[in-house]
Amino acid sequence: MTDSKVKEIQVKPKHEITSPAEQTRPGVVFTPSVDIFETERELTVLADLPGVTTENLTIDLRENTLTLTGEVEPFEEAHEEDILVEYEVGKYYRQFSLSNLIDQSKIDAKLTDGVLRLTLPKVEEAKPRKIEVKT
Amino acid sequence: MFYRRLFNVPTWGLNRTFYDFDRLRREVDDLYGAFSGGALPMPSAGVFPLSNVTEDNDNYYVRAELPGVKSEDLEIQVTAKGLSIAGERKIPVEGNNVKYHRREREAGKFSRLINLPDDIDVDKVDAKLENGILTMTIPKAEKTKPRQIAVK
Repeated sequence: MTDSKVKEIQVKPKHEITSPAEQTRPGVVFTPSVDIFETERELTVLADLPGVTTENLTIDLRENTLTLTGEVEPFEEAHEEDILVEYEVGKYYRQFSLSNLIDQSKIDAKLTDGVLRLTLPKVEEAKPRKIEVKT
Repeated sequence: MFYRRLFNVPTWGLNRTFYDFDRLRREVDDLYGAFSGGALPMPSAGVFPLSNVTEDNDNYYVRAELPGVKSEDLEIQVTAKGLSIAGERKIPVEGNNVKYHRREREAGKFSRLINLPDDIDVDKVDAKLENGILTMTIPKAEKTKPRQIAVK
């Protein structure tokens, strides 16, 4: 034990969901692991989407429901034979309800090394205004 | 996770129930696997990263999902019959004033050994890390490749 500060990663099998919506293509669907955190100004979602490319990722936000869908192309060639199969490859799907109003025009999404970073800026709250009553 | 806990730590007595359950599941999986040509997942070694190994006539292919791992944080070593994948997954700290709603992604170190069924060509191993997926192409040693025999 040279460096005991850094813990070892434990295996967490991918979490499969049965049927999120009507599917047009057959195959398994997984829920990606996410980190969600909030500051005063924005909400950030980090999602692990290994194998998803920018073209295959869909981020949809309507009426406070955020939906992430990532298609994964199978990597294996047809002529390859399995020796060991520990994980399956499939689509990623996850939906969130957002409690804050999001400024849709300033949403920013980046996908690097299979990790999505989605920044959702909050709408600036209406400043309290004083209404003058005219006589 | 159970395998790891069972075989590394002496808690056999406590986890016996889970062990039996797991074994049953594995047997059922094997049975189904035998019918469907091994398409269903087999029991894993329980060590991160989970890996898939395939082969064709010339190569072995090892694939693992490593989202957010940089190539410089990954160390791969090859021996005549297997390979080791070690590294660290780093998740940067996101400032002091953040409130977390969900925290499911894990950071930490990992190392794993994979033994391949036969000898490999150590000099020609190729590894690439793309979109969070590690793909290694490992050529089989000349002598272990299948050979076409012409019938005269």
